[in-house]
Amino acid sequence: MSNSVLWYTTRGAGAVTLILLSCVVVLGILSTLRVQSASWPRFLTTGLHRNLALMTLVFLALHIVTAVVDPFTNLGWAAALIPFSSVYRTFWLGLGVISFELLAAIVVTSLVRGALGHRAWRAIHWLTYAAWPVGLLHGLGTGTDTWSAWMLAITAACVAGVGMAIFFRLTSGSADPLAAARTMFRSAVDRREA
Amino acid sequence: MSKQFELSVDRMTCDGRGLCAELLPELIRLDDWGYPILTPGPIPEHLIPLAQRAVEDCPVLAIAMRRTQHKK
Repeated sequence: MSNSVLWYTTRGAGAVTLILLSCVVVLGILSTLRVQSASWPRFLTTGLHRNLALMTLVFLALHIVTAVVDPFTNLGWAAALIPFSSVYRTFWLGLGVISFELLAAIVVTSLVRGALGHRAWRAIHWLTYAAWPVGLLHGLGTGTDTWSAWMLAITAACVAGVGMAIFFRLTSGSADPLAAARTMFRSAVDRREA
Repeated sequence: MSKQFELSVDRMTCDGRGLCAELLPELIRLDDWGYPILTPGPIPEHLIPLAQRAVEDCPVLAIAMRRTQHKK
């Protein structure tokens, strides 16, 4: 009985992690698009992005810990931390480990963003565009519920949401009306200082 | 002498995203192009937590809160 509770928790937490992570990615893109309205201030996008990201990590931890602790899977901690070291479904679990470690790096660097500086933080934050699809593939490849109707609906909604956000990000011009002017000004200042 | 805090904006870094003015309208308003105009002087004590949040939430880390010495 307790074993099956662990196993169900692993599966449930995995699905919740996908939903939350997709929301976090969409919110992150919305914030670069400077989406706002009278009832949706910009700090709400940023605040939700941050808090849901932290919550994602909680469910991801639950997903990993319950999978490892479950005696039936017999994974061991190494399989959860070293990519492609698991005997069980080596490739698909490895993708999960990579996605987890990328997300951990993204969250930790965000927590110390002030000390790290904007440029380095941003470079690492771009890894999200790798972490999300790798995590999604991990779920598609090894998810017990992947092909059930409800999980297919969840996955489709997540892919559609993130896909639409990326589409808007790529097609809408810069959200910043002064971007060109500022770039020119900065390069002029750089030339003077050089 | 007492320790006080003041806000400053790095104009070269600022992208005019405007979160700071939403979080701390008491001290920050935006010009016509969306760039912040700060109220000069020390931050009133009750606004320090909000100022902290404005500093932390700036998408490009353009705002800083600095400790200054003021004669009483």
